[in-house]
Amino acid sequence: MDMSQYLNIFVEESRENLQDLNTSLLELEKDPGNISILNEIFRVAHTLKGMAGTMGYTHMQNLTHKMEDVLDALRNERIRVTADVVDVLFKCLDALESYVDTVSETGSEGEEEYADIVSFLSDILGNEGSKTQLQENKSTTETGSGLKLELNVYDKNVIEKAFEQSLNVFEIYIELDQKCLLKAARAFIIFQLLEKNSDVIKSVPPVNDIEDEKFDYYFTVVVITEKDKDFFVRELNTVSEVRKVEVTEITQKHLENIKQGSEKEAAKKSVTKEEKHEKKDAVQKPSEKKVTSKTVRVDIERLDVLMNLVSELIIIKTRLDGILSTGEREREVSQTLESLERVTTSLHDAVMKARMVPVETVFSRFPRMIRDIAKELNKDINLHMSGEETELDRTVIDEIGEPLIHIIRNSADHGIEMPEERVAKGKDRAGNIWLRAYQDGNNVVIEVDDDGAGIDIEKVKKKIVEKGLESEEIVNGLTDEEVIQCLFLPNFSTSDKITDLSGRGVGLDAVKTKIEALGGNVEMISKRGKGSRAIIRLPLTLAIIQALLVMVGNEKYAIPLNSIREIYNLNPKDIKYVRNQEVTVLRDTVIPIIRLHDVLDIEVSEDDSNKKYLTCVVVKKGEKLFGIIVDSLINQQEIVIKSIGKLLSGIRFIAGATILGDGNVALILDINSIV
Amino acid sequence: MAANQKQYVVFRIDNDEYGADINKVISIERMSTVTRVPKTPAYIKGVINLRGEVVAVLDLRTRFNIPEKEADDNTRIVIVETGNISYGIIVDSVVEVLSVDETNIESVIGFTGNANLDYISSVAKIGERLITLLNLEKLIAELVTV
Repeated sequence: MDMSQYLNIFVEESRENLQDLNTSLLELEKDPGNISILNEIFRVAHTLKGMAGTMGYTHMQNLTHKMEDVLDALRNERIRVTADVVDVLFKCLDALESYVDTVSETGSEGEEEYADIVSFLSDILGNEGSKTQLQENKSTTETGSGLKLELNVYDKNVIEKAFEQSLNVFEIYIELDQKCLLKAARAFIIFQLLEKNSDVIKSVPPVNDIEDEKFDYYFTVVVITEKDKDFFVRELNTVSEVRKVEVTEITQKHLENIKQGSEKEAAKKSVTKEEKHEKKDAVQKPSEKKVTSKTVRVDIERLDVLMNLVSELIIIKTRLDGILSTGEREREVSQTLESLERVTTSLHDAVMKARMVPVETVFSRFPRMIRDIAKELNKDINLHMSGEETELDRTVIDEIGEPLIHIIRNSADHGIEMPEERVAKGKDRAGNIWLRAYQDGNNVVIEVDDDGAGIDIEKVKKKIVEKGLESEEIVNGLTDEEVIQCLFLPNFSTSDKITDLSGRGVGLDAVKTKIEALGGNVEMISKRGKGSRAIIRLPLTLAIIQALLVMVGNEKYAIPLNSIREIYNLNPKDIKYVRNQEVTVLRDTVIPIIRLHDVLDIEVSEDDSNKKYLTCVVVKKGEKLFGIIVDSLINQQEIVIKSIGKLLSGIRFIAGATILGDGNVALILDINSIV
Repeated sequence: MAANQKQYVVFRIDNDEYGADINKVISIERMSTVTRVPKTPAYIKGVINLRGEVVAVLDLRTRFNIPEKEADDNTRIVIVETGNISYGIIVDSVVEVLSVDETNIESVIGFTGNANLDYISSVAKIGERLITLLNLEKLIAELVTV
């Protein structure tokens, strides 16, 4: 049966489901007891299994089936949710994602079986075995894949020797009846039993304490034996006044966990567990039921076609405007034209809204990314996100992901210090990264804020001199902001080593280029010791803006209206020089003067001396004002921003192009790069 | 068309003939107003309005260091697309579409030591005619970053 027509749908729906899975797993990690999250995850796995089965992807089906088994056991509380279990589930998620990627690229799921993940899943399931035999006990502590006791290196050696001799190693937890009168005696009987059938290599509390009755009413031992699990469960349960027996097989896997910085891990785990409990008490977020709104899937290309048609409509309307205003305008014509204007603007708005997507789609992958990075770097990092519902145009969303990833990675890698360093500085052990999105006028602003070490200005200065980008005197004369700007230069990096994440020096330059190609700009602020903040500004509506058309030489250029503060006639005599830069005084503020002829390599037809005044357009960038000299003004009109094409999209000073009423192309100036 | 034949759009600049792989040629347009774009290499003449799209155009004369000429009725813009990027090439005139047998195509690597000429991929020899076949990717390689 030909499945190819369903491939697109399969890939899209799988990706949506996997996104759900990602979010749910992250929630589960923070809230392991939450059954509704487990149910949600189960549902997603089940859906994926069905989809994979329909498409004939047996490997995927197999993996999801095993996941289902594990999830079922989890939600019925036959197994406990531990960090290891969540890790395995994340690995499953990664495997499924790569299956879907392979499908998307090749049409089939590939040969990868992920046998190791499947066996992890089987292991988890295996550990639920002994529980079901103890009917009477409704205890809340489950034996998952984790052990009760902490094994140290000495224990490990002994256990490994046992493995070599093909002996079994068990951790046995014994709970006595609380009403038991002679605990020590009872324990003695149990130990006799154990010692007849095995070697007891570890006991918590130690054997002496148990003999002296210095224990609660439970203790745990580790034994090496030839007998099997069932034997102990059976025998120990026959001893009277024994309330509960739990036997867990210790395997090689448990020993591996010891290798990985055991004490640190245990400490970290207990610290984070405490934090989690505190968090839980403080903020009980009710699990929200997903509100599904009625949606229709629309191909992006169709929306693009719609966008283009609306743009053409606006161009035609502008032309009509031009034609009709040259002649005599009757009132009816004017009114009709105004109605046309209203309708096209509304149409444009509606289509733009159709293309707007909440930034959440980009932000959603960051929690997982931070989690992985933090693990990799052995740092503790908290990510706080806000404003995910802020919307951006679809094309911007697609492009903004990579730059953001880079900036966040920089914060995690260079910004946030190692936990010990942070504590030594008096900061919280865990570093914080804030990711905020909000609307500001005609822009959407995305901020990445961290409370790390901040940018080391001196180190950057040294690197600039080292790389021969500037001489030492110039570098020492730069302000801190100017030094930070240098970070955005190509091939700049102060990292001594290149890590997988950053240090190659390509990143920030590429980030800046990409953001500027989207019509936005990026700024870095930093305070040594306190942290750094990256501020990204992106235009809200890409396609249609109000602009001022100006003449420079005999070329027409468009300046976006929202950068313009005012326009006035500047007397050439009022231009002064400060440090080789032309400036003038505008109502008590000194503003730099920029001549577009120079910037755009246009010949000047006559110099200032013959002119009574120059046309000066005052623009604003952030908080600063600049004066731009043009030859003359043409008019103000609505223009449709057209991409200048992939070939020329990197050209400085040009933000895009527009098609004028006469059919010719006029270039739109990128004010941010000019000033 | 036999299996070993490739088709080229042949155009002329002065008295020399050049060819572009027909699979990469989108359309051939009449000359229209070109808007200059500052801060671009000299051989990028600017951009044109191609039915609502803004497309960059390249002047082959400047690219090949041949003195410029005024456009006339025969001047055409050949719109090509390589690797997702479209651009136009201004030519004096378009001659024909030619099927060339592969045996008649010779590589020019080693002809000249000049690395700047790597936008010429090979040369086709048809009788007395010598048609320089262009490497459309290399023509704009300088501008394609990232």
